[in-house]
This record gives sequence, C-alpha cells and structure tokens, in this order.
Amino acid sequence: MDQVVHDVLLVGGGGAGLRAAIAVAETNPGLSVGVVSKVYPMRSHTVSAEGGAAAVIRPEDSLEAHAYDTISGGDWLCDQDAVEAFVREAPKEMVQLEHWGCPWSRQPDGHVATRPFGGMKIERTWHAADKTGFHMLHALFQTTLRYPPIARYDEWFVTRLLVDDGRCQGVVAIELATGKVQALLAKAVIICSGGGGKVFRFTTNANIKTGDGMALAYRAGVPLKDMEFVQYHPTGLPFTGILITEAARAEGGWLLNKDGYRYLQDYDLGVPEPTPVKRSMELGPRDRLSQAFMGERQAGRTISSQYGDVVHLDVRHLGEAKIDKKIPFVRELCIKYQKIDPVKEMIPVRPVVHYMMGGIQTDLEGATLLPGLFAAGEVACVSINGANRLGSNSLTELLVFGARAGRAAAQFAGSQAAPSSALMAQAEDEERRLYRDFLQNSGGSERVSPLRDEMQDAMEEGVGIYRDEEGLLQAEDKIRELKERFQSVSIDDKSLTFNTELISVLELENLLDLSEVVVSSALARKESRGAHQRTDHPDRDDDNYLAHTMAYRSDEGAPRIEFAPVTITQWPPGERIYGS
Amino acid sequence: MEVLRYRPEEEAEPTWESFEVPVHPEWMVLDGLNHIKDQLDGTLSYRWACRMGVCGSCGMMVNGRPVLTCATYLESLLPGPLRIEPLSGFPVIRDLVGDITDFMGKLSSVKPWIVRDTEKPVEDGEYLQTPEELAEYKQYSMCINCMLCYAACPVYQIEPEFIGPAAIALAQRYNMDSRDEGAQERMDVLAQHEGIWGCTLVGECSEVCPKKVDPAGAIQRYKVSASVDFFKSVLMPWGER
Ligand SMILES: Cc1cc2nc3c(=O)[nH]c(=O)nc-3n(C[C@H](O)[C@H](O)[C@H](O)COP(=O)(O)OP(=O)(O)OC[C@H]3O[C@@H](n4cnc5c(N)ncnc54)[C@H](O)[C@@H]3O)c2cc1C
Ligand code: SF4
Repeated sequence: MDQVVHDVLLVGGGGAGLRAAIAVAETNPGLSVGVVSKVYPMRSHTVSAEGGAAAVIRPEDSLEAHAYDTISGGDWLCDQDAVEAFVREAPKEMVQLEHWGCPWSRQPDGHVATRPFGGMKIERTWHAADKTGFHMLHALFQTTLRYPPIARYDEWFVTRLLVDDGRCQGVVAIELATGKVQALLAKAVIICSGGGGKVFRFTTNANIKTGDGMALAYRAGVPLKDMEFVQYHPTGLPFTGILITEAARAEGGWLLNKDGYRYLQDYDLGVPEPTPVKRSMELGPRDRLSQAFMGERQAGRTISSQYGDVVHLDVRHLGEAKIDKKIPFVRELCIKYQKIDPVKEMIPVRPVVHYMMGGIQTDLEGATLLPGLFAAGEVACVSINGANRLGSNSLTELLVFGARAGRAAAQFAGSQAAPSSALMAQAEDEERRLYRDFLQNSGGSERVSPLRDEMQDAMEEGVGIYRDEEGLLQAEDKIRELKERFQSVSIDDKSLTFNTELISVLELENLLDLSEVVVSSALARKESRGAHQRTDHPDRDDDNYLAHTMAYRSDEGAPRIEFAPVTITQWPPGERIYGS
Repeated sequence: MEVLRYRPEEEAEPTWESFEVPVHPEWMVLDGLNHIKDQLDGTLSYRWACRMGVCGSCGMMVNGRPVLTCATYLESLLPGPLRIEPLSGFPVIRDLVGDITDFMGKLSSVKPWIVRDTEKPVEDGEYLQTPEELAEYKQYSMCINCMLCYAACPVYQIEPEFIGPAAIALAQRYNMDSRDEGAQERMDVLAQHEGIWGCTLVGECSEVCPKKVDPAGAIQRYKVSASVDFFKSVLMPWGER
C-alpha cells in the first residue's frame, strides 16, 4: 500500500479546515500540510450558509454583550472561557478575512456593514448580502492557493483514524477517482469534517453532511459531547428543507399563523412592532421559535400543506427594492425551488433540522483527549454553542477555532517524531475490511437507501423538537435493529472507479453510530434546556444537569454516557428573557 | 430518462441506458437521478451536494444543454425522454462524473487572491470599500465554479487550452477589486494563454450561467484592457505600465 507523510493533515476542506490549513502554513511555513476532502473544497457545506457571521465591530457594541447573548442563547450550557476567547478573537478573524478578499457588504462610508440576528441585543452580523458562507468559503479557498505547502487530496474519503502508541498519526482514505486505499500519515491530524444533519430526513444540510468525523473520533475512543442538542431552524421550505435565512426576519419579515396573526407574541417573545426589535419576536432564538411553531400546530393554527404543516413568513411589506438588495438569495431560492415570489406572496415555512451543537470534545486549542488529534468547526464541541447556537456564531467559530486548532497542531507537529511503521499494518487491515465487507461481498439482504430512510424516520419520530422517554426508547430500539441489519448490507457497485455507492454505505455506517449517540445522550439528560425539550421533564434542572454529556463508545453496544462540568466564569446561570 | 453510462472497467465506449422515473411537480432532474440510484440501480455515479444551487457540483448536459440538475424541474422537460450526459468538454471518469483537474488548475493559475505590495496589519482594521466599489466586481464574485460555461463554450470544445470563461471572470473579479494590486501579474498569465483571441464573444457562456456572472462581459473587458496594454508595451516600451 502507498503511503504519504505530512506534518499536519486536515480532514475537511470547508471553512474550518481551510482556515486551519492557512494557520498551520503561517505558524510554520516549513511544515507540509495535507487537506483531505470528500468533495472539492468549494463544494463544502459552508458554501450554503446565508445570513452572516457575528463579531463585535460597532462602537455601541461590546465583547461582554456578545458573550452574554451567546451564553444566554445557549441556555447556560456554554463553557464561558471558550466564549470569552471566541468573542475576543472574532473581530480580528473577520478583518483578516476582509484582507483576504471576502466581499463583505458595506456601509456608504466604506466600513463593513452589519445586521441583527436572532437573540442579539446589538447588531453584529457581518454579511456578504445573503450568501455569506459562499463568499467566505471561496475567499478562503482562493487564498489557500497562495500557499505552496498546502497539498490537496480532493475527492478522497477518510474511513479511519490511525492510532498508535496513544497518539493519532494519520488516516486511511479512499481516492474516489481510482478506488485506491491509502495511508496518509501525519504528526498531527485536525478533523474539520462538519456536522451530521443527515441523521434526519428533513434538514437544511447537504447530502454530504453525514457526521463522518464525529464517527471516526468516537470509534477511536474520543468522547462526543452534548450530542442531544440538535438545532431546528424555524424557517425551512416545506418540501426541500431549503433554508430561508434568519436575515429575512432581521430585515423585517414576520411569522404569521393561519389567521395572519404574529403568534410569537403568545410565547413570551415580546410584543409585535412594525419594525424589528432585537432579542424580540421574530428575532428571538431559534429553539424558542421552533417550539412556538409546535404550540401553534397543537392549537390547530398552522396551515396544512402537502409536505406537512406550515406557517407563513411574510416579507412583502419590505418591498422589492429592499428584498433585492438585502436578501436576493431568498428571492432566488423561493422562485426557483418553491415557485413563489416573496415580493408578492407569503413564504410557507416549517422548522427544519439545521445544526448540531454537539460534537467531538475539544479544549480551547482544538485538542481532543487523544494526543495528536485536533478538531474544529461544526464537527467539534468546544462549547460556545451550549444548548442552542445563536445564528451567525458558527461561521465565526470556524475562523476562530479553525485558526486556533491550526496553530496548536503546528506546534504539536513540530515536536513529534515521524509516524511509526506499525500504522501500515492497521491501514492494510482497513483496506481488507473495505474489500471484504463491501466490494467483494454480494448477496447481503439489505440495501443502503431503506436503512437510511428508516433511520431518518425513527429520528424524526422520537428525537424531534419535543422528546420523551417512551419515544426515545423506541428510537433506541429501532436504531439498534438497523445497526443489526446493517451487518447484512451489500451494495450493487463493485467498481473501483468513482464508486459513490461505496461512499454512501460508509456514510450510513457513520450516521447509524451518530444516531445512537444522539438518542443515548437525549435519554441521559432528564431535563429541558435549549434545543433539548423533554415533555416528561419540562424544566431546566441546574442542580443535576448543568453539565455536558460525554458519550464514549463501549464494547457493550450502547454508548457510555458520563457528565462533565460546565465552565462558568462571570455569568451565573439565569433566566432567558426575550422580548423586553 | 436516458442516461449516458460509462464504466471504464467494463466498457470501452459510453452507452445509453433508459430508466422509468415518475414525475412529481416538485422534482428536479437531480431528484430523478436520486430515484434511480436509490430504487433502481445503485451503481449510477454522479456528483451532488447542496441541492440549493450554490455548491456547483451537479452540472450536466440535459437534452444537450448544460444545466444545474438541482435547479431544473423534470416537469419543464416533459414529455421526455430526457437525455442526460456528463458536461461536455471534460474527460469522463465514470458515468456522469467528469474530470475537472484541468479546470481547477486554470482557476488557480490566474492568482485568484488579493495581491498587494504591502499588507495592512489586521490590527489596523479593514480596508475601506464603498458599496459602489463593491458593485464593480460583485457580479464576477458570484461564480459557483459549476463549469456550465465551459460546456457551452464553442472555443473550449475545440481548444481545451483556452483558459475559459470562469477563469477569466475570476481574474477580473480580483482585478476590479479596489483592494487588489495584482492586475498586471494576472494580465501576464492570461496573455500566455492561447485562444483568448479566438473567443468570438457569441456569449453562450453568459447565457447558460446560472448565477448571472456574465463571463462574456468579463472577457470583453479583458480584451479591451489587454489590447490597450499591448499597444502601450509596443508603443511605449519604457513607459509606466
Ligand atoms: C443552509 C445553511 C445555512 C447556514 N447559515 C449560517 C449562517 O448564516 N451563519 C452561521 O454562522 N452559520 C450558518 N450555518 C452553519 C454553518 O454554515 C456550518 O456550521 C459551517 O459552515 C460548517 O463548516 P465546517 O467547516 O465545520 O464544515 P463543512 O463546511 O461542512 O466542511 C466539511 C468538510 O469536511 C469534508 N469531509 C467530511 N467528511 C469527510 C470524510 N469522511 N473524508 C474526507 N473529507 C470529509 C467535506 O468534504 C468538507 O470539505 C448554516 C448552515 C446551513 C446548513
Ligand atoms: S461563470 Fe457562471 S457558468 Fe461559468 S462556472 Fe461560474 S457560475 Fe458556472
């Protein structure tokens, strides 16, 4: 088997991975960096992010205010030392990206413009119209092309971490174009592989968001933290799940029930005003807005559609000029994918799975509990998002913690010996497994798509916006059954050339592990906090659950759940108050 | 749906294969392909990711025209059959998957990053750029690298050396950015490439572009500035460039 050696290897070429790669190259230009990505980097899911990225820049704003909004938005489950580092470094990272060419929207005087986002006291969301992630990703990708030490492995799929001597020293990956299985060795590995929204069927997430990196780390014994917290975004288009960004509400859009009534006023979210008020009504946090939708549905005040119940997002009063200037992509998406023009019609929307607050446990430098393994971006959980992420904090998180992980990994790699030779035996084992289980095995009775569909249905049914023990136990049984049946899965495609069915079966394996972890973590948390709402334990319980869940793989099957303390520095747990 | 298959391990030439696909009013061509893959034949290979027209993965020839399959309704192409082929002008790896290595090389060859003699320290804040300055290049920054313009370009089809519409638009995106000082370096790169003068400006590229980038306009502007530059260098070889 071939092997390649780098000093630092990135798994993932999205926003976090590319930012980390540049940080490595700048920290130590002598290090060789490899970026492995299952799609060409500019196809990574960061490209879909619309609304913006938060960082303090306005004179009336403060780091303290950004920290408080983040922590209260996260229902006090954020680690406050991480939040402090985050808000402190955010402005610098955003300016850096400006220097790298990101076409941020501007004020007439040439300074960067901001807009408010949900759960924010003062507006601080930088944006490039409503294609922020697209512009950030392309600016980052194009900037990486300046750095010769950054080598790319485009359309390579990582299947396993290589660990020897208690240290992560590389990965095994398949080159899609040729089917070649290869060991990519490194002194440090940074996982930046993004989230896993595809555990659910109805999601804003791209097809490629299958939580691979979380599953890789979990199987290597690294704990996954706070995995029960799954964010539903309140406004997705009903059939496709395409996101209508919060910016539509920040610019003045209203949420209306079937009677044309701004129902959020009935859910402790403030009183309706004609123009947007920060931390109020349509600019409340996502968890509360999605829960309010469920309340309306219960009360029979939603509108039924072919693809489930919806409410209306009305932006008509903003007028065509403002819509085209501030949220042109919203209009484009509605026309193209929903066949309606928001200038003239109301947009049907319903809550949709959007983001995973949980992920691979890391410290503030992105280091995991496994030496040599780092993680950053949506795949990681450094705990700035707590129980509910504030919109526009994620894109900033990619930059701040991508850069931190890059610098830390560069430092770590500088002090390590070359990867050990024992790794090749492991890599060859992995190659044999791929052949034996998938490429040479026919005759299995199960196929990928039904298993995936059943998994997604079970998760929507049992682990949605509201949960209870009975539903969670049913989901747990179902996932266990599916994992059992996965043992007899086989694929039709035995080719070595661009075998996308092989990739989907490996992704399914990862998704099944993740589903199990989400369910077990949700069962363990017997309280309601942020995006985790248990009807059988409706209150927040700081005495017992002001703590992170940590899910470890165990040989007995179900994950072992432990609890770890939350770091509180200056903001003692309080009530979340919106709308005043 | 008729799909052009190519399995290099099994066949020397591409072959057509037909599939029956139901039509739902919400379905795009991509949903039809996913139906085939999930229900009928798991071996069909193609790329896709975001299903919202922004990742640029899913471009294919549908009835001879390059389109994003995630943004083309099946219904709009009734009664069928639809003919689906890989994007024209790219070597085929397998089925509907083209090899884009050459395209990626072309993109990076135009130095698509901010070039400056001196960089301002990050601590000193952002470069100022007015909304009008932003508007100068904004359109060229909207390219999703979907390569539909290459598939539509008559020059690229016969002259694969041609650096192509999106790469020139990308060069212009930076040239026209008020923060950038690299126009001359990029001009030198573009000037080395054969074929730019072969572009007849018929504008097929701009016509198929799903993001209204108008690469034909970028080529036009480039030609004008390049010829000015050419005359300057001939007539005033020692003049400031
Ligand atoms: C529709 C939408 C809109 C959003 N809008 C906003 C917003 O306005 N503001 C905000 O702050 N956040 C937003 N978010 C969230 C934010 O976009 C994401 O959390 C963030 O972009 C994730 O970036 P990432 O770098 O961690 O991962 P990604 O961009 O998902 O990149 C993951 C990378 O890992 C690679 N990879 C994955 N698995 C493997 C494997 N097995 N082998 C090799 N490579 C692999 C992929 O190829 C890819 O390059 C939005 C999310 C969605 C879905
Ligand atoms: S210029 Fe238009 S058609 Fe060409 S690659 Fe870019 S987005 Fe696609």
